[in-house]
Amino acid sequence: MTRKAYYARKIKRATQLLFYKRHMKPGVKGWELKNALGSDYPKILKVLDKHLEKLDLQVKTVFEGEEPTEKPTLEELNRARFFVTLRGGLPSKDAKMMGWRIDDIAGLAVAISYIISKRGKAPREEVEDMLRSKLPGWRVDMNLNRYIRAGYLAEDENNMLYLDWRTRAEVDQKELVGLLLGTET
Amino acid sequence: MDVDDIIATLHKCFPDWESPQELSLDAEAVQYLASVIQNQGDWVKHRSTSLYTDPFLLEEKIQRLDKEELVTLFTAVWNPVIELEQLSISSLAEAMKYWSDLAPIDERWQKFGPMQVAAGATTREELVKLRILAEKTFFEELENFWTELKQRVGESEKIHYWDFVGADTYKETLDRAYMTSFLVTYGYATLEMHPLEEEVFIKPFGKPRSELADNRMVSVPISVSHEEWMRWKEEKQT
Repeated sequence: MTRKAYYARKIKRATQLLFYKRHMKPGVKGWELKNALGSDYPKILKVLDKHLEKLDLQVKTVFEGEEPTEKPTLEELNRARFFVTLRGGLPSKDAKMMGWRIDDIAGLAVAISYIISKRGKAPREEVEDMLRSKLPGWRVDMNLNRYIRAGYLAEDENNMLYLDWRTRAEVDQKELVGLLLGTET
Repeated sequence: MDVDDIIATLHKCFPDWESPQELSLDAEAVQYLASVIQNQGDWVKHRSTSLYTDPFLLEEKIQRLDKEELVTLFTAVWNPVIELEQLSISSLAEAMKYWSDLAPIDERWQKFGPMQVAAGATTREELVKLRILAEKTFFEELENFWTELKQRVGESEKIHYWDFVGADTYKETLDRAYMTSFLVTYGYATLEMHPLEEEVFIKPFGKPRSELADNRMVSVPISVSHEEWMRWKEEKQT
């Protein structure tokens, strides 16, 4: 088998693994990719990412805990989870297609940015108060629970809210804060 | 917090401390001071990162933005995960095979209706076996127990409480203590207490004394713990 054919076959397999939902949570763990594609899977994902760029998609890596500041080790990659996400955001009018109301997305944006500003965790009550200023009371609790179920937020036994795996996979936190602060009000 | 000032105060007072309590209070103060410095360090570190945002400033910004503006901002940085669910011909074929191999639900969840048994008469022995009736009535058992007590006492009129109640197993000992309490309550026997020697004796009566059950009712707590039973057993063996 030529080198080109080898990579073409591996990329096809990686695409199937990344696009199709195999577990409750979307995405694939690094060690699963290693088992299916071999230990050079980071290289295969890089090539796949290049292909996806043309379609405005990307291979996104979400590390366990904090993102490593330097080049991640193979060990860290094996423990990380890989997803395919949009690359350049989506027009706000298209957000409707995903089954989200404008209120839901605005509420999610508020909850995420508030938690970021509070160093990654905030009491649920405070987030509820913030949301209640613009959303009807009955929607606030329902929406927060929906964000938790979807994996955007997590809640501990002390009613503290954290950013969960989906926010880390889908939202560019730094840019969100920058955009919010850059708005002229 | 002026850490230098606090350290200087601790340093100044340190030679005056003599007792371990005073020194450990000092150590505690230094420990708390260290945790304050650590928290301050974390705070400064976070403020210096690009993710630091003043919560009040952010709250103010969020309050002033309308829903549409917020959504426009958010969707610019939001890249939802792509996840597909799709049936393939092979998965359909596999599912069909599973379906054909699957036993009907009537077979898998067999219903067990109540068994029909013809009505008939039962005997006392069967009821005893089913533990619906006790083998002996309580008072028959109590009278037997009283007879045993009288036999064990013999000429000496009384018997040491533990020598009568104690048995080979702890469970049996508890049963005997329970029955003994009824012997005393219903006037078949009485207790003789020697508080100084910490000894308790049981004295059976020749005939049950019903007046005792009506008058001068006094509760006498006697501990029949496992430790006491073990001690009694060891003493008995020696």
